[in-house]
Amino acid sequence: MSRVWDMPALLGGLSAIGLAAALLGDGPWDAVAWVTLGLPVAVMARHLLWRRRAPQRRVATR
Amino acid sequence: MRPATLRAWSRIHTWSSLVCTGFLLLLCVTGLPLIFHHEIDALLGDHPVPAALPADAPRASLDRLADSAMARRPGEVVQYVIWDPDEPDLVWFSLAPAPTSPPEALQGLWLDARTAEVLKEPDLRSGFMYWMLRLHVDLFAGLPGKLFLGAMGLLFAAAIVSGVVLYGPFMRRLEFGTIRASRRSRRLHWLDLHNLLGVVTVVWALVVGITGVVNTLAELILEAWRRDQLAELVAPWQGLPPVAAPPGTLERAVAAARTAAPGHEPAFVAYPQTPFSSGHHYAVYLRGSTPLTRRLLIPALVEAESGVLTALRPVPWYGTALQLSQPLHFGDYGGLPLKVIWALLDLATIAVLASGPVLWVRRRRGARRAPRAAAGHAGQAAR
Repeated sequence: MSRVWDMPALLGGLSAIGLAAALLGDGPWDAVAWVTLGLPVAVMARHLLWRRRAPQRRVATR
Repeated sequence: MRPATLRAWSRIHTWSSLVCTGFLLLLCVTGLPLIFHHEIDALLGDHPVPAALPADAPRASLDRLADSAMARRPGEVVQYVIWDPDEPDLVWFSLAPAPTSPPEALQGLWLDARTAEVLKEPDLRSGFMYWMLRLHVDLFAGLPGKLFLGAMGLLFAAAIVSGVVLYGPFMRRLEFGTIRASRRSRRLHWLDLHNLLGVVTVVWALVVGITGVVNTLAELILEAWRRDQLAELVAPWQGLPPVAAPPGTLERAVAAARTAAPGHEPAFVAYPQTPFSSGHHYAVYLRGSTPLTRRLLIPALVEAESGVLTALRPVPWYGTALQLSQPLHFGDYGGLPLKVIWALLDLATIAVLASGPVLWVRRRRGARRAPRAAAGHAGQAAR
């Protein structure tokens, strides 16, 4: 379970921080929101634009 | 996860999303320009530019502004006065034929806060942005349209939650972000895209979806506040015939509210007999000065005839929920960069929504052509 959810949980947590930060303050708080909500967008762009020729199956980790 | 449990979640995901996808696509597409409505209005010249006066130019009295607005639309009365915190030199007046006229009858005017001059009388009910707004808010169908879209929003939330449950089993053997580009199956390509964009946008989509649902309840929440709180606050006036606001009493009412709540500024004023006030009071909605309390308006009730403040009570939890749902849905609370991020996440959501039916059609087509292979597909996740 864990590996599958590492990235989604990280990006979800960052998104939540960003959504709240801009609400709680201005200036630096807004900047925190731009970074934490911008990262998920960047991750999507990275995977869409630079598709690795990844192996279709990962070697079982267990 | 047991195969039967997985199949049940899969069914929830398929049907909750199939029902709402068309409407959600409409909401995402119409919502895109609405994110930038302020910028677009300015670009189209629909936003007035106040005259260049010294920064310390004195403000006109609110009563002079009200007179100027009513002179522009003879025979009409003011229902609302609204201040935009980003436009300190402008004031918005909403007028209608009567204090009780429905919202459809309202016409707005931009006034210069210093000169009391009417700067603009925008056409509120035509043009591209008006169409976008109505399609987004109520499908031109009033409250039933809003509630219908709210129900679609709840299905969207169910689709997101069930999609998250399915993500784990589907991705068990794949690296995060894998997008297979196999010639053999376009479907796998779409599936990977759907999974990647879906899981990355999940928190944002859930927040914007749920806050959108709360916004569809705005009228019901206002009605609940009227019955639950306002009725109690104005009990002494119960049974008395409603009054029209006496001329020249707006400035006095706003001043009374400001005195009672230091550090607060008026966000808007509802005249007597409008849905946001009682039959005998100005309701002055005050905003705080911190970024958070700027969003949480406190209504101050000022008796129209005497100018005496009779109540100042924060709204209950459901009013707070509505007030917080607005920025979280609109994305207008972190400057232009946040709006751009909002738009990009919206575009990603459009891709997730559009790929959903493609996956469904391809699976069904696959199932008809090669039942055995399709059974393999369905089982793939369950393994």
